[in-house]
Amino acid sequence: MFGLLGGCGERGGADESAVIRIGSVAPLTGPQAHLGKDNENGARLAIDEINAEGLVLGGKPVRLELIGEDDQAEPKTATIVAQKLVDMGVQAVIGHLNSGTTIPASKIYHDAGIPQISPSATAVAYTAQGYKTAWRVMTNDEQQGKVLGQYAVNGLGARKIAVIDDRTAYGQGLADQFEAAAKATGAEIIAREFTNDRATDFTAILTSIKGKGPDLVFFGGMDPQGGPMAKQMKRLGLNAVLLGGDGLQNANFIKLAGADAEGVVASSPGLPIDDMPGGAEFRKKFESRYGVIQVYAPYAYDAVQVLVAAMRRADSSDPAIVLEALARTDHEGVSGPIRFDAKGDTTGGAVTLYQVKDGAWRVLETVR
Amino acid sequence: MDIFTQQLINGLVLGSIYALVALGYTMVYGILELINFAHGEVTMIGAMVALTVIGVVMGAAPDLPGLMMVAAGLLVAIPACMALAFGIEKVAYRPLRRAPRLAPLITAIGVSIILQNLAMLVWGRQYISFPPILPHNQHEFLGAHITDLQIFIVLISLLTMAILVLLVEKTRLGRAMRATAQSKEVAELMGVNVDRVISATFVIGAAIAAVAGVMVSAYYGLAHYYMGFMLGLKAFSAAVLGGIGNIAGAMLGGLLLGVIEALGAGYIGDLTGGFLGSHYQDVFAFFVLILVLVFRPSGLLGERVAHRA
Repeated sequence: MFGLLGGCGERGGADESAVIRIGSVAPLTGPQAHLGKDNENGARLAIDEINAEGLVLGGKPVRLELIGEDDQAEPKTATIVAQKLVDMGVQAVIGHLNSGTTIPASKIYHDAGIPQISPSATAVAYTAQGYKTAWRVMTNDEQQGKVLGQYAVNGLGARKIAVIDDRTAYGQGLADQFEAAAKATGAEIIAREFTNDRATDFTAILTSIKGKGPDLVFFGGMDPQGGPMAKQMKRLGLNAVLLGGDGLQNANFIKLAGADAEGVVASSPGLPIDDMPGGAEFRKKFESRYGVIQVYAPYAYDAVQVLVAAMRRADSSDPAIVLEALARTDHEGVSGPIRFDAKGDTTGGAVTLYQVKDGAWRVLETVR
Repeated sequence: MDIFTQQLINGLVLGSIYALVALGYTMVYGILELINFAHGEVTMIGAMVALTVIGVVMGAAPDLPGLMMVAAGLLVAIPACMALAFGIEKVAYRPLRRAPRLAPLITAIGVSIILQNLAMLVWGRQYISFPPILPHNQHEFLGAHITDLQIFIVLISLLTMAILVLLVEKTRLGRAMRATAQSKEVAELMGVNVDRVISATFVIGAAIAAVAGVMVSAYYGLAHYYMGFMLGLKAFSAAVLGGIGNIAGAMLGGLLLGVIEALGAGYIGDLTGGFLGSHYQDVFAFFVLILVLVFRPSGLLGERVAHRA
């Protein structure tokens, strides 16, 4: 385990104020390490800003400390790390990044009574378990998959669709929602193929799909697979549109797919970063410290802000009281207004569709 | 039929990469009976170094043909990997040569983790994309698509394997390697410098790994500090499939594993009526591996033929 210890407590005078530990969990090693570090940096930016402003709870100055942990995008590691954070006495957790890690970890946070806000887990199952501790600041797969399925048929005119997913909770969940919505809108699903979140070779399944003549290929998964997949589709002469969710909609996908990224369509929950109310300012702050934003950093930032806003309302960091305050969230975040429904999902989230043109993601339309 | 041809081509290209990496495992095992788990990472370092060099060359001489840039990358990556493997053997394996066999195995896993994390620190967590500098002309072949790059990969693999076979069978060093594989002690008595032969084995395997690393990253268009892990595992399986310690076995095992994977992923869904999907690709490949080992425990071509003779 190579979890980076956050915080370090190097500032003077820290001993005068109480320290509130907040966990941040994401894959910091392995194929999705770039996304994980992005989330952690988003959370760290918010924590540093709040500490600089000064936070007072119950009349006492407190300082936040971020404990960054690495779950390697592995469900089993996620539970180990979650238990470790609980044992360390964190008051809240921002994470995890993947649905596949967020869901098993959520039981541990639930049992410990600690609020968990995922910046990026979108699988429906996460908030459907009835845990009062589980929240997310991003549109879930049901909302996103529905928009994608309808757009594939109505917007892109697809009739014969092949669906591939990476067998993670996120990829599978999104693909299932997409498949249902596309079928309901009148498309035929001619193939359902599977890969995993470590693979780089998809030629075999793409060849098999090609034999069935689809006009659209949907991939539920992340950019490390999507990039090579776009390349291999072109190489095999499979001339169908590649469509994906937020796992593909990032700068890295274009880098990996190169010229073969042209024409690929993908969605992302929420608004484009530059259309976000606080997007331009966030980009400036973030990029001056950590470099290019991958995807979810604004959401990790918002998750911390939502949490701390709830602590302020509760005037306490006691998890039980903070949980009640979280339900009353009405926060103007970088990514847009954030309110929660009874399950802990965000309400009224938008989904934006993008297409790669001339080597960059261009907004096609935002569906609300 | 064209789909079948395509799957076969997919498998052969993938398999020839497996075969190249498998050679490194099998050569070291043949001599030391050590499974050098760090070999996958050496492949990764080869890809990373070559990509860095290609980036520099692209900046300095953007008009150079793509093949020249890749050649420049290889020219640096090969010696870099050779030096790395030399160092690994000297630091991590040589002091343990007389230790129980489990010790160097654990060390190998340790070296593999260290290399992964070093690469993560040096090159970052990002996927590094391979610039589109190689010709991507497509050809039709019996209804299937094959690109220049795929043809290159198969040809370079075959060429590398041929050179290796010549080296082992026809040169003095090769004879020393075969002698050491049969018995270190006797070879030493006959005046073979066993330390040097073992170093040479690691270094040659690493040079081949560097070639494989560059080919993998060019083929998939990316490199990542983690890429060596799965590749290493598959290549190791290929070596076992063919008969570990046996050079021809590694080649056969690699090609077979590639083809089995491609055909498995391509047809398993349709053959089982959707009951088993393409995510059973690896399960299928390893199932074949288990089957082979049950009936031929020492692999298809047998383990360390010379030793038994």
